[in-house]
Amino acid sequence: MTVLVIAEHLDGELNEATRAAVSAAKKLGGDIHVLVAGKDAQKVAEAAAKVDGVAKVLQTEGDALEKKIAEAMEPLVLSIADQYDAILAPATTAGKNFMPRIAAKLDVMQISDITSVESEDTFIRPIYAGNAMMTVKSSDAKKVITVRPTTFEKAGDQDSAAPIESIDAPEASAKSEFVSEELSKSDRPELASAKIVISGGRGMGSGENFEILDRVADKLNAAVGASRAAVDAGYVPNDYQVGQTGKVVAPELYIAVGISGAIQHLAGMKDSKVIVAINKDEEAPIFQVADYGLVADLFNAIPELEKELEKVGY
Amino acid sequence: MKILVPVKRVVDYNVKVRVKPDQSGVDLANVKMSMNPFCEIAVEEAIRMKEKGLAEEIVVISIGPTQAQETIRTALAMGADRGILIQTDERVEPLAVAKLLAKVVEEESPELVMLGKQAIDDDSNATGQMLAALLGWPQATFASAVEKEDGSLKVTREIDGGLQTLSVSLPAVVTSDLRLNEPRYASLPNIMKAKRKPIDTKSPDDYGVDISPRLEVIKVSEPPKRKGGVKVETVAELVDKLKNEAGVI
Repeated sequence: MTVLVIAEHLDGELNEATRAAVSAAKKLGGDIHVLVAGKDAQKVAEAAAKVDGVAKVLQTEGDALEKKIAEAMEPLVLSIADQYDAILAPATTAGKNFMPRIAAKLDVMQISDITSVESEDTFIRPIYAGNAMMTVKSSDAKKVITVRPTTFEKAGDQDSAAPIESIDAPEASAKSEFVSEELSKSDRPELASAKIVISGGRGMGSGENFEILDRVADKLNAAVGASRAAVDAGYVPNDYQVGQTGKVVAPELYIAVGISGAIQHLAGMKDSKVIVAINKDEEAPIFQVADYGLVADLFNAIPELEKELEKVGY
Repeated sequence: MKILVPVKRVVDYNVKVRVKPDQSGVDLANVKMSMNPFCEIAVEEAIRMKEKGLAEEIVVISIGPTQAQETIRTALAMGADRGILIQTDERVEPLAVAKLLAKVVEEESPELVMLGKQAIDDDSNATGQMLAALLGWPQATFASAVEKEDGSLKVTREIDGGLQTLSVSLPAVVTSDLRLNEPRYASLPNIMKAKRKPIDTKSPDDYGVDISPRLEVIKVSEPPKRKGGVKVETVAELVDKLKNEAGVI
């Protein structure tokens, strides 16, 4: 079996989610090749060549590929798909966007967001917002799979680098064109890979009030997340959203502040190692999944948390 | 412009589903069903385009059991013009749905297919992309804003790091994210009016599409349960426990 992993990268850095996808690929067995497509992606290709388990890196250049435009990724991946028994990508918004397009062209049913590889044709994936786990066996000759990055360990580096081979990207369809991008800038760790996440919900009351979470986040080197209610109310941008329709996170510590704990939110964070809930409503469903619950007004508790953290050396 | 809007009947988003004891699936008997929330947003967006004079006709389509007719009626009551039900009691995967939809697109020749980004039951997030691939059309997924320009659509998409704007030429496939719009409630007169709007009933065989699943469901099980935690009284106690008991800070 030969497995292709499609790398994701930003600003010349290999995404951590790609390392998780390589770990999933390892469980399938066989040779692992990584495809790095983008602009000036030499540095990313070199990083990918060092990832443990990678046998070969394929590199190709293109503006549309840098943005992972689905209409450009489709012909590229199809041009090499013959050589592979399985094609994997992390289940990020980019992977979710182009992978089903490739699957349809190959006439196979994509297996979305897998959390476990049981064997080379059997996988586990969450359904109903993570309230059930489905084990599926694929009858397709070729497997097209997206991998939930939070449930696989991130593959480390190996001693020697795998060879890098340049390939040509077929001409992309002109039917779709990149116009612009508006990325949230932050010095904090990325939400999906942060070790500590502190999230605010409707209870925060306003966007300005998120500043008290920011201060705690800065102390802990944590990422700041939000519930859908907080995003819909305009407190924070939508890429902060944790949940079924936002990002799935599984940090060491998740602190939910002023979040009731709706099914859709829990879907995005209930695999966190330790969950803390701070909420003034002691009946809030979030307390049913929290390891440590504090019934308190967040506007007193969060500044106090900042002070207590200082006391223990933060 | 004609817009085709596929809608799916799913368990209502507020229902806490239960896995059947024999692990054959999720218990759907006597559970409240509704239109998938993302599909509702797609219907709303199509109606808004019609209200702006950008679209002439909205055709809604659902693939599923007889009761999926109710889901189509809901979309008709919101303001869609007519419906198509491809009736089947089988489990239909996104690939098969996309193939059926591709046939319907051939028949109906819409310029835009507007879908939800994912169904909240199987959480696949694949049908729209698969349909675009089969048709050779461009796609704009996870849309939070759609603007019509001459012969194309300018679509703002929700991506991991923020927002991205694409321009896709028509015909195209667009999938809606939650923030695209706030769907309207159907008024009683509109619900009554919707009863007189036509729904065509078809079967997968009419389209010559093989809908047999490619993924065999071996079992459906409960996710691992989290143990109940403890309540702490003070912030100081919380920090102490996080540091000394859990060791996470």
